[in-house]
Amino acid sequence: MASDNFRVCPTTGLKVDFSAQTLIKLNAFTAIVFLLVGGLLGLAIVLTRWQAVHLLTAELFYRALTLHGIAMLVAWIVFFEMALLYFTSAILLNCRLAVPWLGWLQYILMLVGGAIVTVMVLTGNADVMFTSYVPLKAHHLYYLGIVLFAVGAILGCVTFFATLGIAKTEKTYQGSVPLVTYGAIVAAIIAILTLAHGAIFFIPTWLWALGVIPMMDPETYRLLFWGFGHSTQQINVAAMIACWYAIGTLTVGAQPASEKFSRSAFALYAIFICIASEHHLLVDPGISAAHKEWNTGYFMHLAVLASMMHAFSVPAQIEIALRKKGYTKGMFEWLKKAPWGDPAFSSMVFSVTGFGFMGGITGILYGTEQLNIIRHNTIAVPGHFHATVVVGTTMAFMGITYYVLPLIFQRQVAFPTVAKLQPYVYGVGMWIFCIAMMFVGGFGVPRRHWDITAAESLFKGELSFGPTVDLGFAVVAIGGVLAFVGGAMFVLNAVATVAMGKKVNQ
Amino acid sequence: MSLGSPTKYWWDEPLDPYEKTWVWAAGVFCVLITIAMPFWHYTGDQNPSQEYYKISPEKFDAATERFITAYKVGEEQGIPVVVPPPKSDIFIRAHQFGWEPILKLKVGQSYKLHLGSMDMNHGFSLQPINMNFQVVPGWDNILNITPTTTGVFHIVCNEYCGLGHHTMIGKLYVE
Repeated sequence: MASDNFRVCPTTGLKVDFSAQTLIKLNAFTAIVFLLVGGLLGLAIVLTRWQAVHLLTAELFYRALTLHGIAMLVAWIVFFEMALLYFTSAILLNCRLAVPWLGWLQYILMLVGGAIVTVMVLTGNADVMFTSYVPLKAHHLYYLGIVLFAVGAILGCVTFFATLGIAKTEKTYQGSVPLVTYGAIVAAIIAILTLAHGAIFFIPTWLWALGVIPMMDPETYRLLFWGFGHSTQQINVAAMIACWYAIGTLTVGAQPASEKFSRSAFALYAIFICIASEHHLLVDPGISAAHKEWNTGYFMHLAVLASMMHAFSVPAQIEIALRKKGYTKGMFEWLKKAPWGDPAFSSMVFSVTGFGFMGGITGILYGTEQLNIIRHNTIAVPGHFHATVVVGTTMAFMGITYYVLPLIFQRQVAFPTVAKLQPYVYGVGMWIFCIAMMFVGGFGVPRRHWDITAAESLFKGELSFGPTVDLGFAVVAIGGVLAFVGGAMFVLNAVATVAMGKKVNQ
Repeated sequence: MSLGSPTKYWWDEPLDPYEKTWVWAAGVFCVLITIAMPFWHYTGDQNPSQEYYKISPEKFDAATERFITAYKVGEEQGIPVVVPPPKSDIFIRAHQFGWEPILKLKVGQSYKLHLGSMDMNHGFSLQPINMNFQVVPGWDNILNITPTTTGVFHIVCNEYCGLGHHTMIGKLYVE
């Protein structure tokens, strides 16, 4: 390769391919813009569910809730994952990016698809929620937008694998790929499987919305939706854990305690986690209990094993690294002397603990056949998945961003003090938010609901969830507002850094 | 380090005793939680539906109407109130945005409850005892129930079903 296609990173000595660098910048920046959009919507939603404030009208509330899910769970996370795929292939393997135009096509398709979906929801043509369960029907362009977005994401994975192929044939690295790249490979494998799965029902639903074919059976839709919808979350899990390992190395120089141990855990995800999805259908008709239990229990719990292995090895590698630095006094000196002021490190700690203790444990509980009767579609469910994809995935991505800014954008973080505090504000806010939501859900409060006082129903004034729930929602709102402030600190700092941060010396 | 290639023979490096112990402990835990579900399924008193049929919304509607005509005793807020005999098939029809009829059940008696939808997915959420089941158009979701407490219960829809979703409240009595 000609030398004018890359620069050499002064910190790591790695070759940074320019097209990979541009695509990482574009995808990461677009992700952060969607995070801002989703965050504003989230604030409006939390202030509406707090009945004392009840900010939005019913129509706007459901619209905001639909777009919040898409902007966060789809746009912010997947755009960021595309940046991670290019980073873990081209940059970490010291290689050029394969077929740069395919990478550009990925970005353009995802941007166009995302824009179409956003416009359709905002104009009131798709008040169907993130799940768009048929027979709820959106404008056909809504489904087209999602399909375009998904095709873009698949092209990103193809570019990733092609780059791995080039790195292998051109021998740009020695031996096995790094652990972080290995985690990204698992994420990309799951991504291709699940996105292809998504096509099985999104394309027929799109054709149905166009009036070409009849509607799919609603239960079949639910089965297929969650075969896609839950499995895609495992892309986030694998990408998040890859970030944990990366942050461990970047912040304290940690090395995996055992490559075999960590990689086996990643492999378990790729093999088993894709299959588990029927815990969304535990109280549905149409699928036998035996099938649900086999799917939910056997296959998911092997993935639980994988998560528990990472839950051991990620903190272990950090303890080992810090002990090597001489923090060996007693059991916990290493913990006390850990770099708590490094926003990537503190984000990672919030991410590991929040994902495991809040998200993981509640996931296993709510995904149990019998317990699901008392949690299905209550607000405890969003409480659970905000612990996994917000405290877990989002905070891991925020953490790694603090290193992407100097290494890829080549800018020093604009406001270091804000960066230092940001994970604490955001993390504490989200912990309060999630726990309060799960608490309120225990009283049977429904999710996706504008008015739990039932003031506009036939039985006005008869139904009440009680003062404890009112108090609980106030706590949810306090957590939510705090998290919004923390999110805003992140977004503004990142944007300010890209726009006017001091350049890192070349 | 995680960002660079590992040493050449990483697969041959033995696990630390701590790691081995943890894998075994975690493995045992996973086996236990996996067994818990089928175990409770056979020994527990409260499990989700085991019975369901495909049925068109029109047919479910007709069955509900027959049921209402047979056992109707009055009306509340324009909704029929129905007192079915114990051990019978009872029906609740969900639609945008309501639940019909209002049932009056006897405590300690068993019933076969049929849940069906006329249009969208709905969520049958019985409050305040908090039990939740999915109501899917085209399917009859059957629950064998025995009310254990008397009182007035409300049915909240907890699956988003359109812009009037929050107005969809039903009622049920146990005497």
